[in-house]
Amino acid sequence: MRRVGVFVCWCGSNIAKTVDVKQVVAEAAKLPGVVYATDYRYMCSEPGQKMIQDAIKERHLDAVVVASCSPTLHETTFQNCIAGAGLNPYVFQMANIREQCSWVHSDHDLATVKALDQTAIAVAEAAKGKPLSRSQMPITRRALVLGGGIAGIQAALDIAETGHEVTLVERQPSIGGRMAQFDKTFPTMDCSACILTPKMVDAAKHPNITLMTWSEVEKVAGYVGNFEVTIRKRARSVNMEKCTGCGVCEEKCPTKVPSEFDAGMRERKAIFRPFPQAVPNVPVIDRENCRYFRGLAAAAESADGKPVKARCGVCAKVCPAEAVDYDQGDELMTEKFGAIVVATGCDLYDPSRMTEYGGGRFADVITGEQFERLVNVGGPTEGHIVRLSNHEEPKTVVFIQCVGSRDDTKGYPYCSKVCCMYTAKHATLVKEKLPECEVYVFYMDIRAAGKNYEEFVRRAQEELGVKYLRGRVSRIYPEGDKLRVKGADSLAGVAVEIDADLVVLATALRARDDVAQVARMLSIQTDQYGFFSEAHPKLRPVENLFAGIYLAGACQYPRDIPDTVAAASGAAAKVCALFSKPSILSEPLIAEVNAARCSGCLTCKSICPFDAIDSEVIKDRLTREERTVAKVNEAVCQGCGGCVAACRSAALNLRGYADEMILAGMEALCQR
Amino acid sequence: MSAVEEKVATSGAAARMEPRSSSPLQGEDQGEGERPGGQTLPRPLPERERSAPRVLAFLCRWCSYAGADLAGGGRLQYPTNVRVLRVPCSARVDPAFVLRAFRLGMDGVLVAGCHPGDCHYSKGNFYTRRRMAIFKPWLGYLGIDPRRFRLEWISASEGHRFAQVIREMAADLEELKRQGELPARPESVIASEGEESRIASPSTM
Repeated sequence: MRRVGVFVCWCGSNIAKTVDVKQVVAEAAKLPGVVYATDYRYMCSEPGQKMIQDAIKERHLDAVVVASCSPTLHETTFQNCIAGAGLNPYVFQMANIREQCSWVHSDHDLATVKALDQTAIAVAEAAKGKPLSRSQMPITRRALVLGGGIAGIQAALDIAETGHEVTLVERQPSIGGRMAQFDKTFPTMDCSACILTPKMVDAAKHPNITLMTWSEVEKVAGYVGNFEVTIRKRARSVNMEKCTGCGVCEEKCPTKVPSEFDAGMRERKAIFRPFPQAVPNVPVIDRENCRYFRGLAAAAESADGKPVKARCGVCAKVCPAEAVDYDQGDELMTEKFGAIVVATGCDLYDPSRMTEYGGGRFADVITGEQFERLVNVGGPTEGHIVRLSNHEEPKTVVFIQCVGSRDDTKGYPYCSKVCCMYTAKHATLVKEKLPECEVYVFYMDIRAAGKNYEEFVRRAQEELGVKYLRGRVSRIYPEGDKLRVKGADSLAGVAVEIDADLVVLATALRARDDVAQVARMLSIQTDQYGFFSEAHPKLRPVENLFAGIYLAGACQYPRDIPDTVAAASGAAAKVCALFSKPSILSEPLIAEVNAARCSGCLTCKSICPFDAIDSEVIKDRLTREERTVAKVNEAVCQGCGGCVAACRSAALNLRGYADEMILAGMEALCQR
Repeated sequence: MSAVEEKVATSGAAARMEPRSSSPLQGEDQGEGERPGGQTLPRPLPERERSAPRVLAFLCRWCSYAGADLAGGGRLQYPTNVRVLRVPCSARVDPAFVLRAFRLGMDGVLVAGCHPGDCHYSKGNFYTRRRMAIFKPWLGYLGIDPRRFRLEWISASEGHRFAQVIREMAADLEELKRQGELPARPESVIASEGEESRIASPSTM
């Protein structure tokens, strides 16, 4: 039997006003196992803590119960206190007689009885509690960053700067991400490429950063500090060492494909770099569209066994460095990492669902992404704003905000956050390049919260004369060679019709299409829209609940560049904080298996939210036969206890919330 | 003095560690904190406190326990019928615990967790929801009125909801008691149970 000490706090008058503290002490002293009980005005204060420590030593206590406030407030305080007196901090329980008793009740007698009952539960649990220890686990001080957009680049650079190795995995042929597509950035209007490309080069040249473009992560196993990750390096078909990036192959390749980077407004070749400033500056062959590889595939399908001569092969012929290598295969590599930063970015809402806006049928109704390429000097029109139907300069441009955002019926209920600002930027760019052009913006609300954001929108409205109309557009249809935009100006209370030459839709940012696979691979959670969930929306915004996985950028929620960079640096700081520890302490309140009882049904394995349960083969002590039993991976288990309740043979138990503790608490209560 | 009384650190013992006379808060708290009879051994509790229906609440530590704390922070008053057991997740609650609580004489049992989709452990409360959906109708089969059991989702920001649930449960149980649907509190169950006895979980998932 443990020697339990009970310490009842007055909390000034917070508890003592409603609960008869003296009576709680007197009754607690009668509880089984209790060898000492006392009260004090402020148990958490220095003298109160000393009182507990002295009592532990003088009365040889080996379990402590403090009846005071919520454990959320002072559990750690008292655990540290009793650890200071040489007791294990886990043979400790708190009875919450403030938040859940004295503050919510006014009847003295009833509140005192309740406080007594809660104390009795705590005493019974403490008496059954076992000392727990945290084991130390090593850390692999290498980070993996998923996604080579601005978030991934920033996180990789920040981690690499502290001297740790980083592998940056990007599935496109080049890093750069969305930001590389942009022309200008709001609200400063500085050139996106001018601030991004130096960072891309820094990342590529950094001695601690390994770039893996045209690559994807296939499998993630392990846990914080010790992830084992399988990365597929897809065949580039170009030797990275030999290639000089001269671009002759791209010039001569005869196959043309719509360019993803230019939002389909220009064509690229089958051997390509997404853009001229690509990092690494080495093209890849898009095997699905390359004539040589299509020839090979067709030959394999014809299945008559004859060796088939591949048809094109021009790139290999013209390459002065002989870098083109059709025989390259995918490479699979497994590496160890201690932390993973997920910076996979977002996709855009597909406006073809908006049939009232043409659903993609009208050439002159374009998305914000397409407009971004249109005004970009590196884009298909070299920065000239033209109508895509006849390549003439538009005289009237209409922007429509919230296309797919704040729209429960056809889009998403959330605000995409960046559209107000980028529409103001687009409108400003139109006014700067075509001052005579009429520019209208249909908006629901202007959400310009950010440093210099409101001023930027006001400048577009007041100085540049962009006409902001508060209201929705109901329909767009062709009228002659123009587009008639029918909408409402809800502030003036009138219907509006505008004959526009060009309409730009500010489409919503949404989670990536393959987010479910990525989430499953990493065992991390998403919200109802598919954005990755943070550990706490306010206090742990860049961490995931799965320890060792950190989040940055628009994979979490629609974010603009400053927010993305801040989140990336935050995630990097968390990674570095993890790497600065000598080792990781495991969580002590976790599940454990009694192998003698385990039947090996592995129901626990199937329900564990964290994949923390594995199976192992043991030799049964009685039968001398080998059998399978469950095994808890102590580093991964988060201690929810779902498996314990699910175990049919009661072989699982949860340390710190053990069956015997809960049952003892219940019995102590019911005996009263 | 009996052995029991020796364990109690009397005011004198406490004074040895921290003399009361030196406490700056003496004047402030003495009147409120010290209740009549507090100096000597307290009077026995009146019988009426023992007769009210009691509810055992299993509260998940991340949402519902925090919600109950919030009710305290907001000083929301609710009946004293509830006793709280903190669990890491509502999924930790083995339906066998609920059965045991009824068997030991609890009048009502509340299991509360995060709202579906908000579980700290991502999907623990989904398991709770399934388990309890199967478990609750089964109570009637065992002769336990299913109205004595409730499963609720109470988030950390829903102090008022916690208070409301307790009020409702207390009223419901009083009503059941009036109707004679609550059995008398058993006297000998605990004595008949073995120390280490465990009920194998009836739940499979």
